[in-house]
Amino acid sequence: MRARAGDFTLDVALEGDARPLALVGPNGSGKTTLLRVLAGAVRPEAAEIEVDGVVLHSTARGVEVPIEQRRVGYVPQGYGLFPHLSVLDNVAFGLSTGARRVDRRARRGRAAAVLERLGVGGLARRTPGGLSGGEQQRVALARALVIEPALLLLDEPLAALDATARRAIRGFLAEHLRAFGRPCVIVTHDVRDVAALDLQVCVLEGGRVMQRGDLNALRAAPATDFVAEFVGLAPPI
Amino acid sequence: MGALLAATLLSLLVLPLGALALSTSIDDLTAGAAHPLFGPALALSLRTTLLSLAFTLLTGTPLAWWLARSTSRAARLTELLVDLPIVVPPAVIGVALLQTFGRRGVLGPPLESLGVTIPFTEVAVLLAQVVVAAPFYVQAAANAFRKVDPDTLIVARSLGASAPTAFLRVAVPIALPGLVAGASLAWARALGEFGATLLFAGNMPGRTQTMPLAIFAALEADVRLAVVFALVLAAMGGALLLALRLAPALWRRRRGAA
Repeated sequence: MRARAGDFTLDVALEGDARPLALVGPNGSGKTTLLRVLAGAVRPEAAEIEVDGVVLHSTARGVEVPIEQRRVGYVPQGYGLFPHLSVLDNVAFGLSTGARRVDRRARRGRAAAVLERLGVGGLARRTPGGLSGGEQQRVALARALVIEPALLLLDEPLAALDATARRAIRGFLAEHLRAFGRPCVIVTHDVRDVAALDLQVCVLEGGRVMQRGDLNALRAAPATDFVAEFVGLAPPI
Repeated sequence: MGALLAATLLSLLVLPLGALALSTSIDDLTAGAAHPLFGPALALSLRTTLLSLAFTLLTGTPLAWWLARSTSRAARLTELLVDLPIVVPPAVIGVALLQTFGRRGVLGPPLESLGVTIPFTEVAVLLAQVVVAAPFYVQAAANAFRKVDPDTLIVARSLGASAPTAFLRVAVPIALPGLVAGASLAWARALGEFGATLLFAGNMPGRTQTMPLAIFAALEADVRLAVVFALVLAAMGGALLLALRLAPALWRRRRGAA
């Protein structure tokens, strides 16, 4: 795919299976833009995006599935919870509009079930403003999962958390991503996330893919200074 | 010293309104309400301000949304243009409206060929109110929309909401306190509009005479009548202020209980 945001150009080919993919790279390397292109929030200049056999965007074939029809679970960096809705209504939102709309009782039931499954059923009546970072992350993930997405996109899910919450949520994500079993792209800055979540890694620098593989491959032959530093090897001086 | 200065200003702000309230009697009030100028002026004021408010909300909301979202140079320039009527005196706006819609104005000939006359009609009252009041709403609404995290809208869309649905169900509720405050400010400004209305719409009882103009007219005949009219306008403003202060608290309580 090729996307342009201002004078920044993103030029990427990504492939992945059900094993979650970590998108790493220095600030400004295009990670968030890439997620937004996948989600359908940013229009690429040219792209071929296919998930699970479904073409979401194809410049060659003139296909452009709008964001609301993509079945993409998107969890942005600040979680993007709706501050004016209760936790339950946040999660039920995806079942209240568009093609997945079901009646109020059904959507609240399903939302409550997902919250329960993620261990935050007790938060249903609260509003997002009063939640801790870890709780917000769980609610945001519940909201993304309730639409049973074909593709899950998590933008730095652990960045805003303190060390204790980070460990807890890392374990939580490891458990639920395994259960999710569908393609997932996670932007991260932390090599411990890659190890704990057993992620494939794709290194993005300056809008281009510099290296890909699992952690061992990256450790064995880091392609750039950034990769060496990311996997914990001292950069060559 | 500072307290004395502050007290001076405070008394200047409060004293005139207090004096207004003290300088009337129940008899004056009933007599004023029965006066032939009162009913039509109040009805015209309410009708035109509500219509101009509706027009302002309908057209100002999309404009404010664009101003809040766009980073383009055109948006910043537009913002400046929208603010212009706030700093231009109302009398200037009245003359400018005449030069636009008057018989010899820019749009005069085409309007005349259509058989449409705008100056010194109720439509002129409405237009004057929109021009002087709408900027207050657009400014407040744009500021409120700026506080809406763009990510919440992306998420709403990814969850199945169309762009209009995401706007109405996410952006508007989040910005609502600011939108309500802006709308109230605009309504109050329209209700008090005097200068531009006088020049562009005139002061014709029953046709273009709004409450502020009725006060002006009454003052020449009977000061007591002017006082009564002024009190009614002041009470409407006061009620609005009270509602604005109380609404957020009631809102939170209702939401907290829900």
